[in-house]
Amino acid sequence: MPGSLSKDVVTVILVMAILIWVMPLMISTYTLTVLIVYGMLGLSLGLIWGFGGILCFGQAAFFGLGAYTYAVAAINIGESTLPMIIAVLVPGIFAALLGAMMFYGRLTDVYLGVITLVVTLILFKFINSTAGPQYTIGKARLGGFNGIPGFQTLNVPGRPDDYIWGDSYFYVCAVLLALVFLGVSALLRSSFGRIAVGIRENETRMSLMGYDVRARKTVLFAVGGAIAGLAGALFANWAEIVTPSLFSLGQSAEIIIWCIVGGLGTRFGPILGAAGLAYLKFLLGQQTLIDNTLITGLILVLFVLFLPKGIVPALANLWKVSFGRRPLGRIHQQRRMRNRGRTNG
Amino acid sequence: MDLTVVILVEMLYAVASLILISAGLAVVFGMMKVINLAHGEFMMMGGYATITAVNLGLNIFVAMLIIAPIFVGLIGLLVERLVIRHLYGRLVDTMLATWGLSLLFIGLATMIFGNTTTGISTPIPGFAIGNYQINGYNFFIIVVAILLLIGVLTLLKATRAGLIARGAMQRSDMAAALGYSPDRIYMATFFCGSALSGLAGAVLAPLVGLVPTSGGAYIAKAFITVIAGGPSLIAGLFSSAGFFGIINQVFTFAVSPVIGEVALLVAAVILLRLLPQGITGKFFKGKL
Repeated sequence: MPGSLSKDVVTVILVMAILIWVMPLMISTYTLTVLIVYGMLGLSLGLIWGFGGILCFGQAAFFGLGAYTYAVAAINIGESTLPMIIAVLVPGIFAALLGAMMFYGRLTDVYLGVITLVVTLILFKFINSTAGPQYTIGKARLGGFNGIPGFQTLNVPGRPDDYIWGDSYFYVCAVLLALVFLGVSALLRSSFGRIAVGIRENETRMSLMGYDVRARKTVLFAVGGAIAGLAGALFANWAEIVTPSLFSLGQSAEIIIWCIVGGLGTRFGPILGAAGLAYLKFLLGQQTLIDNTLITGLILVLFVLFLPKGIVPALANLWKVSFGRRPLGRIHQQRRMRNRGRTNG
Repeated sequence: MDLTVVILVEMLYAVASLILISAGLAVVFGMMKVINLAHGEFMMMGGYATITAVNLGLNIFVAMLIIAPIFVGLIGLLVERLVIRHLYGRLVDTMLATWGLSLLFIGLATMIFGNTTTGISTPIPGFAIGNYQINGYNFFIIVVAILLLIGVLTLLKATRAGLIARGAMQRSDMAAALGYSPDRIYMATFFCGSALSGLAGAVLAPLVGLVPTSGGAYIAKAFITVIAGGPSLIAGLFSSAGFFGIINQVFTFAVSPVIGEVALLVAAVILLRLLPQGITGKFFKGKL
């Protein structure tokens, strides 16, 4: 990862400022807000899958959990600051418990996939069956497949009648995404992040070097869950209703597709993949000639077959081949690779 | 007494339908170590093939037992040649590619049949045991599941083709050295697996209202059953389907169908935590 953290901060702030200024000229802020939320969700899986090597088939579980936690807490509390915090903590803790169960059991790839998938399904089935009036948490009825409508949306902290919505909500989401992005960058620069990448590359070696692989994977998984939870809470505020479809397998599949298409092992890739594909889906939703699902599926198949690394690494490669300083650049680059391992992004 | 019989039949039925749902996936995973996440959509297509054939005037049993498996098998063949062939040995990539395929098939089915529920009536009438009404079709499913297990076992154990297939799965290089083409064998195995999925979808079609997204209901159960079963094909399928089927039905009768489903999933999580290699990774080792 070339450059220092402060340089990163400056770049991110500049890029974000330009995007926040330019993008609303082309796309409505209402659509942009949800693209940002999806970008954050993509980043959460990009972190644990791309840098931690943990393939989670149930990232939607944390997303949905964040959304539901926010909705339930907001109805009970009636002010949005505390519910936002709870909506990050609950999925984070849930992910930590789930992760501890899996990683201390030394489960890997396929088995991890099955368990995360199954947990998502359990939540989906359970929430779907809570239509009756006996399923209430405090003042909030869970509402089964109808979901929970009509909760307090985001307000200025301490002033419950001062709602943040429309354009200002878009700016809040954009700033939050930038903050999360910087947080993830800082995490990956820290020794914790380097070791996480080391575990992805060779788990046995890292554990022989004396690192507690299980605990580190659990923490990383929990961080990913918390970010997904934050995205969920933001989504709940945007949609103003939460439904069980947030937990659905289709939602999980989409998050995985975003990461694959955008590029694993990069920080920008999943965000770009999420926003790009979600926007594509939005555009495709306006025509009826070809089914939406068909195109999503086709994109996934084609990417796995022909561009398994994703768009961002492919573009970076193209850039390097086209504009890189060949003779000197290559030696320089090799030395850099040796020094830094594979943490480019 | 009557209730006991009914519960017993329902349990057998639950186990049998789990076996049916998972058989195609188990063949493909157990033999080739390929996880086909489009399995549910293969079943969905089997169902649609049956319904279309019946609507065209064919006998329902011919449609279910012959047309649907061959049709889905051919689709499987196409999928293997176009996509899966390039991804052997890359477990996660095959999972992702087949997930993409599953979305693609859902889209195709939606475009062809529309997003509506279609169905056919069960060809076997129900009958009464004491005060309880039992669906006669349940027995048909139990019989099909038993025949299917016996069929696969015989094919693998007693025929030359089965021997060659098993050999190629263990040491494809050795099979190639002896003059058999592993490429062809993989192709044939995938055809058989897909045909089994098609058969399952066809046989279960009269029981469910079919929509293009029906496959999603099967894939998770099939996936869980196969992974929990572990490396042995028949023994794993039988033991895990038995385990989950019984747990599902016990909780269904004791509490409610939803809790039955949830209990199955929770049991799967606990089982995989305790036996990460699946049931047959620990017991019945080396059996088929």
